[in-house]
Amino acid sequence: MLSRVADSLYWMSRYLERAENTVRQLDVTMSLMLDTGGASDELRWKRLLASLGKPDGMEWSDSLDAMARSLVFDSLNPISVTFCINGARENARQVREEISSEQWQRLNRLFHQMHSPHAQAQFSASINDALASVVDGIHLFQGVGDSTMIHGQGWQFIRLGRYLERAYATATMLEVYQKELFNPQERDHSGYQYLEMVGLLRCCTAFEAYCQVYTADVLPDRILEFLLLNRDFPHAIRYCVDTIRSAIDSIQNTGGRRSPEELTAGIGRLHAMLGYTTIGEILNGDTAAFLHDIREQCLRIHELIYRYYVHYSIQSALAV
Amino acid sequence: MAAPFPFAAGLWMPPFPHASLTPHVVKKLNNGQPGNHPSPAAPERVPAIPRSPMSAGHSVELETLFGDYPLDHAYDEMREANGVLRPHYRALAETIAGLPADELQRRKQSADISFLTQGITFTVYGRDEGTERIFPYDLLPRLITAAEWDRIERGLTQRITALNLFLRDVYSDAKILADRVIPRDLVYSCKHYRRQMRGLQVPRNVYIAVVGSDLLRLNTGEFVVLEDNLRVPSGVSYMLTNRRVMKRTFPQLFQSYGVRPIEHYAQLLLATLRSLAPEGRPEPNIVLLTPGVFNSAYFEHTYLARQMGIDLVEGRDLVTHDNIVYMRTTDGLKRVDVIYRRVDDDFSDPLVFRGDSALGCAGLFNAYRAGNVTVTNAFGTGLADDKAVYAYVPRMIRYYLDEDPILPNVETYLLSEDKERQHVLANLEKLVVKAVGESGGYGMLIGPQSTAKQREEFARQIEANPRNYIAQPTLDFSRAPCLIGNHLEPRHVDLRPYVLFGDKVNIVPGGLTRVALEKGSLVVNSSQGGGSKDTWVLE
Repeated sequence: MLSRVADSLYWMSRYLERAENTVRQLDVTMSLMLDTGGASDELRWKRLLASLGKPDGMEWSDSLDAMARSLVFDSLNPISVTFCINGARENARQVREEISSEQWQRLNRLFHQMHSPHAQAQFSASINDALASVVDGIHLFQGVGDSTMIHGQGWQFIRLGRYLERAYATATMLEVYQKELFNPQERDHSGYQYLEMVGLLRCCTAFEAYCQVYTADVLPDRILEFLLLNRDFPHAIRYCVDTIRSAIDSIQNTGGRRSPEELTAGIGRLHAMLGYTTIGEILNGDTAAFLHDIREQCLRIHELIYRYYVHYSIQSALAV
Repeated sequence: MAAPFPFAAGLWMPPFPHASLTPHVVKKLNNGQPGNHPSPAAPERVPAIPRSPMSAGHSVELETLFGDYPLDHAYDEMREANGVLRPHYRALAETIAGLPADELQRRKQSADISFLTQGITFTVYGRDEGTERIFPYDLLPRLITAAEWDRIERGLTQRITALNLFLRDVYSDAKILADRVIPRDLVYSCKHYRRQMRGLQVPRNVYIAVVGSDLLRLNTGEFVVLEDNLRVPSGVSYMLTNRRVMKRTFPQLFQSYGVRPIEHYAQLLLATLRSLAPEGRPEPNIVLLTPGVFNSAYFEHTYLARQMGIDLVEGRDLVTHDNIVYMRTTDGLKRVDVIYRRVDDDFSDPLVFRGDSALGCAGLFNAYRAGNVTVTNAFGTGLADDKAVYAYVPRMIRYYLDEDPILPNVETYLLSEDKERQHVLANLEKLVVKAVGESGGYGMLIGPQSTAKQREEFARQIEANPRNYIAQPTLDFSRAPCLIGNHLEPRHVDLRPYVLFGDKVNIVPGGLTRVALEKGSLVVNSSQGGGSKDTWVLE
């Protein structure tokens, strides 16, 4: 597979995952704000921005609607849903011949949906519906991709993009939320704390899955354990890292002329870290540092993917 | 980035004189002559989707349908001069007349949506970045009879064969120049002449593997060649997608007409490219080289690559080492054997052609010279595309093949000839003047639509550089019915069939019919309000 194509597929996938993440977090935050008794709107909004990576130029203002709109429609704001969908489509457009027509049509429809005048109107009428339809579009794209695309290298790069982005975003979010999670303010010991915790789970579409594992007994350490270490839930970081590892293995198996030793070592290290650490150990140590370390390792894996598959030197390739 | 516009030909004619028209209105269906068409179609009366009760049962009368359908001296594809339907158009007209009101519009909308979601769009230059438009599409097919097609096919085969022999000759012994059939200075002064190609043996002596000639139909009913488009002709993806949408829009009509298939074009193209692979490469790696996503024909490049199952590469994906071209893959470098090039000569190799191009691949030409990679179309084929060289094609056909041309040229005045130049300068207001190396409707003067000042300006330019211009009469080319609003109106059309030349000449029966959708317009270029139609070649 062409390096440029792999690059585009990887970013197409990352951008869509990022769009979905923004939509879900925005949706949860907006619905938490309906309950005025807990944290203030300003606090929640700032928390949302922090967990989306603190985009430049987005400050708290009194107009919630304007801020939400900017997060969805502002095509210059690099975490906005529109920006990400534009990015995904632009990447897909460059590899039209690699993805299936069905995939392209779903993504293209989503793109036109975001840019149609109806989108603004629907957003005004019902934010929830508008956001849900975006998530639907993304899920449809992913499902169609899984069922119409050859599960070869291209598909593996799509998985790589999706799960690396997810692992990074989830680690960022947990890093932001963990302080409040374990140091609740006094007045939060009513139902509000519960709402906040459920909100965090819902940001990862994890509430129902959590209940299946731990029952509705929602506790901060269990949330952290579930989102970090669960091996079966697709939004848990450990699951993401396992998938990244298997994607790299598959890519190696279909090509495999050059062995990406540093890359497999980097992933193996993160994999082992999540596989052999207990939640107790994490909580006894510096939780924030642990989460931060996960993010750093994700960045490193990203760089190594580039070094091995995309931006390698010609000398090194000719030497094989 | 200067990239070739997908629709290179500019077609111009004066607007038809509305004032002098006597509209002929077909009053009833049955005043058409008894058709001898082999399979008159059963009218398609049942709409595929339940219609609203409002429109149910109300058929469009032919009078309304043809309400304002003027006929004049131009050839009408559907109707004879006296207003009678041509036999092969009867089933089509009946079907449309038999559809409930609004049904045509509904089908048109569903076709438009289909184009948009499939992303069958082109990029418009000179506007906001990323402006994409669907290529406007007219719902009614353009019909070509078997006899008409036979002539086109033979004519194009003859023409491509001669043009290829010409290129081979000019880049080797140049006998045709020594025999003074074509003036030497005309060839060597052509801006698309590539001296780098002199003495170079190209695989199987095929210079032009992919051609998209522009044909017009004159008021005599005869097809003539307007341009040959030997560099990077485009539009074939629209031909293929139009057909797919058309089959969905009028399934029964399509079936009843007995239309010859075109869907195997991609397969033929792949076979053509494979047949041109360098010696000793039995499993050639074939790629399509695109200028990239900002090129207006990018959709087509992806479409063809996907249909052929080959990699779509950009210049930055390619590297050369020891005169071998490689592409960068996730698994290291992979050798490339055949390049179907959709990048102009100028931008293909910065070491040999334009040094400021970032679209090509440095070292590509040397690898090509060494015979390690086939690039098609070959470099320098634009020479035979030059509008002044075009005037000599009939002479080439006689010189190389000793045959009379089957498809005539449009009459062309060479302004480097004193006598012809005087004639043209004296009659500028009646003629179309074109710069020889330009395309896409640029660098043209349309006499009848020009101002005195423009004519003065052009006269000055012609005097300063006569070699750079040719003149042609304003052509009166044919019109075909198009759906405008909820009725039919005639619009000017041309025809671009796609010719492949590998082991032998292959032409899929059909082509892209381009339409000047603006009323009275003679410009079919997609950049200037042009659209397209599906083209049905009948059995």
